[in-house]
Amino acid sequence: MPAERPSPSADDLLLEVRDLHVHFPLDEGTVRAVAGVDFDVYRNRTLCVVGESGCGKSVSAQSILQLVDRPGRIVQGQIRFHQHDADGGVTVTDLASLRSSSRAMRSIRGRHIGMVFQEPNTSLSPIHTVGNQISEVIQLHLGADEDTARRQGIEMLERVGIARPAQNYDAYTFELSGGMRQRVMIAMALVCSPALLIADEPTTALDVTTQAQIMSLLQELQADFGMGVMLITHDLGVVAEMADDVVVMYLGQVAEYGDVDRIFHAPTHPYTKALLRSIPNLDFDQDIRLDSIRGMVPDPFHRPAGCPFGPRCDEVIEGRCEAENPPAFSLAEGGSVRCLHYEEVTLS
Amino acid sequence: MSGTNGTLLSVRNLSMFFPVRGGFLQGHRGEVRAVDDVSFDIQVGETLGLVGESGCGKTTTGRCILRVVAPTAGELWYHPREGEPVDLARLDTAGLLPWRQEIRMIFQDPFASLNPRLPVLEIVGECLKVNRGLRGSALEDRVAELLGLVGLRPEYMRRYPHAFSGGERQRIGIARALALNPRLVVADEAVSALDVSVRSQTLNLLQDLQNEMQLTYLFISHDLSVVRYVCNRVAVMYVGKLVELADTRSLFLTPQHPYTEALLSSVPKPDPRIRSQRIVLEGDVPDPAQPPSGCHFHPRCRYAVDRCAEETPPLRETAGGHHVACHLADEIELAGIQG
Amino acid sequence: MIARVPAPDHQEAINVATQWQLMWWRFRKHRLAMTSLVIVILIYLVALLAEFLAPFTPDEFRADYTYAPPQRLHLFLETENGLRFQPWVYGYKVEIEEEALRRVFVPDEEVIHEIGFFVSGVPVRLFGFLETDRHLVGPKEPEAPMFLFGADKLGRDLLTRMIYGTRISMSIGLVGVALSLILGILLGGISGFLGGQVDNIIQRVIEFIRSVPTIPLWMGLAAALPTDWPPLRIYFGITVILSFIGWTELARVVRGRFLALRTEDFVIAAHLDGVGQMRIILHHMVPSFLSHIIAALTLAIPNMILAETSLSFLGLGLRPPIVSWGVLLQEAQNIRTVATAPWLFATGGAVFIAILALNFVGDGLRDAADPYAR
Repeated sequence: MPAERPSPSADDLLLEVRDLHVHFPLDEGTVRAVAGVDFDVYRNRTLCVVGESGCGKSVSAQSILQLVDRPGRIVQGQIRFHQHDADGGVTVTDLASLRSSSRAMRSIRGRHIGMVFQEPNTSLSPIHTVGNQISEVIQLHLGADEDTARRQGIEMLERVGIARPAQNYDAYTFELSGGMRQRVMIAMALVCSPALLIADEPTTALDVTTQAQIMSLLQELQADFGMGVMLITHDLGVVAEMADDVVVMYLGQVAEYGDVDRIFHAPTHPYTKALLRSIPNLDFDQDIRLDSIRGMVPDPFHRPAGCPFGPRCDEVIEGRCEAENPPAFSLAEGGSVRCLHYEEVTLS
Repeated sequence: MSGTNGTLLSVRNLSMFFPVRGGFLQGHRGEVRAVDDVSFDIQVGETLGLVGESGCGKTTTGRCILRVVAPTAGELWYHPREGEPVDLARLDTAGLLPWRQEIRMIFQDPFASLNPRLPVLEIVGECLKVNRGLRGSALEDRVAELLGLVGLRPEYMRRYPHAFSGGERQRIGIARALALNPRLVVADEAVSALDVSVRSQTLNLLQDLQNEMQLTYLFISHDLSVVRYVCNRVAVMYVGKLVELADTRSLFLTPQHPYTEALLSSVPKPDPRIRSQRIVLEGDVPDPAQPPSGCHFHPRCRYAVDRCAEETPPLRETAGGHHVACHLADEIELAGIQG
Repeated sequence: MIARVPAPDHQEAINVATQWQLMWWRFRKHRLAMTSLVIVILIYLVALLAEFLAPFTPDEFRADYTYAPPQRLHLFLETENGLRFQPWVYGYKVEIEEEALRRVFVPDEEVIHEIGFFVSGVPVRLFGFLETDRHLVGPKEPEAPMFLFGADKLGRDLLTRMIYGTRISMSIGLVGVALSLILGILLGGISGFLGGQVDNIIQRVIEFIRSVPTIPLWMGLAAALPTDWPPLRIYFGITVILSFIGWTELARVVRGRFLALRTEDFVIAAHLDGVGQMRIILHHMVPSFLSHIIAALTLAIPNMILAETSLSFLGLGLRPPIVSWGVLLQEAQNIRTVATAPWLFATGGAVFIAILALNFVGDGLRDAADPYAR
């Protein structure tokens, strides 16, 4: 199916994240959960942010909507959100400078940027019906009256593939299965036709056949609504199925950025390469041992000096990787990589 | 590879029903058929995968074999190294004691499965104390050896679980499972809670240990790509029933049950160039308290005929070692993974 | 998040830290609880060393000083050589109030009574065997009046009586809680571990006891105690009555923990390791909820103290000559006292501080009780 989408144009830019830093000052020391992250999200394209637990992928997503848990806060960087209006004008807002509870932030959250979380159980209220929750969003953001909200809500439930939408509109969320609840979450996130959808591990809690349903649904909805999607996941299989562009994160930094085909077929960063080698494949081509990355992700209080991946890397340049944290080098084939091996590439 | 040394465990007509209670005075209101008439054999030295989605009964099957719960019906014939087979389903706690040293378990959650209040020495060493009467330096030496075996530094034995990461905790759990030189290890989602890079380390470790210690694994997992990597044979469960059982290669390349086909096509492949034609199943996994009539899969099956709603298909052998529970197994052509 | 101490060289100490160490590190961060812990320890020290700390003995009365108001304590004495640290109080003189024609005590500025430390006074027996006549503070001349918190209707020193009252009031909490602990762990444990019909019966009994309003129940039970019992036996009877109600809460906590732990993976693992039932309970389950029990106990002590105080206040609990805070408050319970001797309510302040401190300690313990929470 996809992969043949035209390359993104500047007109389609929705979100630019630049040099984002999010810190959690704890008693034990400051955790630099996000330490200088850059990426862009375009209309009608899917950006997958992939990494292992603790790499800062969820915190990056939360900071876009100013939803980072206390005591974490954005200490540096910009999150420029481009709002395109009907006659082609563009308004740019720096979300990083807005307060979490400000009117401007609240009018963007849910209206222009929708969000879907990993655990539908904890994100939906058990004491309100599906309809209560979905119509609240519509009434709040679109100023619709109750009847209109109900009609639109039922339409949206039908759109996300919920059987008997009119009856399920009045159901409580605990009466629905996990997959159905995730569909309700998606309906709530998309009912105001946001320009950007942020989905944080939307299928991780689901079974594989349900995951397939939800992934297909997200692809269909993107084709219909043309929104930009930012999908956070740890599953490289999901990335390969869903992404147009990929951000690979490690210890709060973007190790590598590029389009999905290049990431999977010409990975550059040693971490990306190692990650791809370590996943079991369904192919029977070769019956070899899995390669694994030695060691483990360091404790957030003891970040290594120099390149964060240095201590686990097989391609270390002695004397340099321990000392320098490489900046992002642009690659000729597009995208960027934070590895000293690609220093010359940028120079040429 | 696949077992030629005979059978280690024969599961026969295993059923586990949990009563559903509710209402005033906790009246009996029906039952959840978590495992419903399941039979299979585990061969010596093989890794048998047990896959399915949540609620399909794979974990309960594992727990019945370990006799964490007493099965409602059925037999569990374990073949010891010497002597006659024993039916584990009929033994009481005292009778199970010798067999529990030979059949061990690795848990899914590396946090919940280690008592946070005990040091590693106690966690790994407890079964040695209880069953082998090891004490003092003999115990410490054995625990040190076990920690070395799973790739942890023996000095760590005085530490408490909170000092370790998820992957290291899972290694401690493996060391505990191996302490008594078991023959069969039931690994219940043993790598599901781990990150990608740690998961591959752990899978490699499990394979090395299998070769070194001649272990047999029952590998319970929902992750088909992991199962394909470690298992010799795979059994697929759906709503308490075994629907297909075959060696890994033929199950993945030529599945014969429509559910297996859908399951395989649902797994996201880590290659953007082969974005798959997913078979997206309609609806949800049925409630095991009220399973559909006939073949439990028929309401979601795209090949279903009238007969499927009426008759429960038995598990039958179609080709060498390939078992399937589908009326139409001989008539329909199903797609496996391209490999 | 696991409680960590900051310096990295402590990392190994954390790695091998037992649950009690982790709990302590966590508790230590809770400022209010730490302060309260110090206060609670001080209160118990007062109870332990009452004979030595109190200037007099609780039954020592001075008939000519009935309802003497509190004296103001002066710390520095003016002498020829200038100001010198020497606590002192004025003596009392009696004046007749014009309108009411009643005797009132006013400070006699002519008379100065010096107060000394480690003065000799009435001989007492410390810890029941150490004979001493030394008191921490007291008037330098043994006969001089010193009523820092005032005196009661018999001219007994209220401060002394409060100090002695600490002993009964604070210990009744401990003893009562100990009794409920035994009952609670036993019955809660049986209920949680066996489950089924036994569980059902025990839970219904608990519900029944909890549904009876406590005050009438206490009254009934307290009235059943024979009046001719010696004070010590009455004291014991009251603790039994208090713990009779107190155990239900603990039994529920214990049962809940047992039920939750029974299906924990590490308990199943121990079971599969071939560990015996008794060892699983003692080695795996009890240590897992002991810290929660301790927190629950600490929170139960103030309830016991309040219960004793209210019972005694109502005249149903302890009775003179036993001195407890409740008994002291009961003596302050009439209009005349409110009007003329409000200082007798000082005991209320002691109750207030003790209850608050114990509650904060309990809160701190409860927050620290599970250092492994993720």
